[in-house]
Amino acid sequence: MTATGGDELVRFERVTCAYGGRPVLVNVDLVVSAGQFTGVVGPSGSGKTTLLHAITGSVRPVVGAIRRGPALRVAYVPQVETVNWSFPVTVGECVLMARSGRVWPWPSRAERADVAAVLARLGIDRLRRRHIRELSGGQQQRVFIARALLRRPQLLLLDEPTSGVDVKTRHEVLHLLDDLNADGLAILLTTHDLNGIAAHLPHLVCLNREIIGAGAPHEVLTTEVLERTYGARMEVLEHGGMPVIVDRYTSGNVVTLRRAAR
Amino acid sequence: MIDAFLRPFAFEFFRNGLAVATLAGALCGLVGVYVVLKGMSYIGHGLSHAIFGGFAASTLLGVNFFLGAGAWGFVSALMISGVTRRRLIGADAAIGVITTASFALGLALFAVFGSAGSGSFDAALFGSILGVGAHDVWAIGAVLLFAVAVIFLRYRALLFTAFDPDVAAASGVNIARIDALLMLVLAASILATMQVVGVTLIAATLVIPATVARMLTHSFSRMLVLATGIGAVSGFVGMNLSYHLDVQSGPTIVLVGAALFAFVFAITGPRGLRRTEGLDEQPEPVPAVVRQAPP
Repeated sequence: MTATGGDELVRFERVTCAYGGRPVLVNVDLVVSAGQFTGVVGPSGSGKTTLLHAITGSVRPVVGAIRRGPALRVAYVPQVETVNWSFPVTVGECVLMARSGRVWPWPSRAERADVAAVLARLGIDRLRRRHIRELSGGQQQRVFIARALLRRPQLLLLDEPTSGVDVKTRHEVLHLLDDLNADGLAILLTTHDLNGIAAHLPHLVCLNREIIGAGAPHEVLTTEVLERTYGARMEVLEHGGMPVIVDRYTSGNVVTLRRAAR
Repeated sequence: MIDAFLRPFAFEFFRNGLAVATLAGALCGLVGVYVVLKGMSYIGHGLSHAIFGGFAASTLLGVNFFLGAGAWGFVSALMISGVTRRRLIGADAAIGVITTASFALGLALFAVFGSAGSGSFDAALFGSILGVGAHDVWAIGAVLLFAVAVIFLRYRALLFTAFDPDVAAASGVNIARIDALLMLVLAASILATMQVVGVTLIAATLVIPATVARMLTHSFSRMLVLATGIGAVSGFVGMNLSYHLDVQSGPTIVLVGAALFAFVFAITGPRGLRRTEGLDEQPEPVPAVVRQAPP
């Protein structure tokens, strides 16, 4: 690892990652800066999760370099769909996993205070003794964000944070992330949800193994970029100053427009 | 009635056997929590069969049982763990090849070299307290102490790895080292327990206490304590029944565990059973060929 410059937290330089010889990311150049709020969109298998794993260091590039800021603290929130909800952990036990370096099993007084503070900040302090399966979708997502925040990260990575949740929960999560970003935390998330999430973020990256486009939503969410990213035709409309993406598919002689829900 | 219950305590072999069975039950209950939660039940079953090969070889060659079979078991455990983590081929297929080959080798060695170890052969398969001496009590006590020390000192890393290995790796936990440590504890536990419970039934002593404990609690720390206690009770009661019913110790210990399962199920009903649904589900890992510790 080599340090980045200025307020850069992570810099990808011509990075290629591969699983067993099969490239998943190709020639990726990317900079994540302090305080940035970025969404990564792309179809399934486009390398979004691999990009996050490359930032954490779990995946190593086969070509190129990933440069990180000195003593960079990164925290990762997995997809809730990958969580084993039958695992016997309470909210408190789950959040405390972030402090895996301490030898003693029980939390120190300072750790108890930290856990209480982060749970209170996310509004789930009364749930500390509850099992993780007994929570609503929004509360479950907050538990994993709380675990990440306990690491006091400079960069928070989230893999599909709103996948499989209802609209209310999606709004809750977005508001929460917005508040955290306003406090100076850099956030990078992946999402399939172009209209519900991506269009609301200040910065977007369109990825399909390589970066197709990067910038503000109105710069990136264009018919051409989306077609290159998803390999399918989409129309971009505007509503209240926000881009709205709709599927466009042809059936016989009839061209139909349909909202791209997900 | 009380006299009948106390009568076997007059025999030293029974006192030793009871101590070993109770300690073995506690040990398997404790380690079994990780076996169940990490979806390693089949590995535990396979590993006990693999160790049988080492047991046969060390018995016939006159090598110290704990050293010979222990080394054999640890190497088998690492091979199983490595193949499972890397997913080079299907984990079940790999475990099947490694463990059944080792088990078959043990059977072949006994067949070729005759009846010298036939008593040990039966004991290894089904468990027996005959021949259990004070040194066995000390040996299993040492393994239990080792397991408790590992779990105590690496509690957080073991928990994080069992629950969420990818995020644990991303958070700086050395997953490969933690898995190897767990495999070492598991191999030592099976080795120490084999004589009392028998190869064919060890998996049950690993799985049943943890499953019953999970039906009773939502907390990981409480599950560790409960599973250890349930295992110890199964060992203690099972060994007594073994004497009084004149049945091998392995089956009676496992049947007591199964009876506890039925009892807890009757109390907790489907709610308890629901807690164990998908208990051993593991997320698809990042392929190990590209995984490394964070810089």
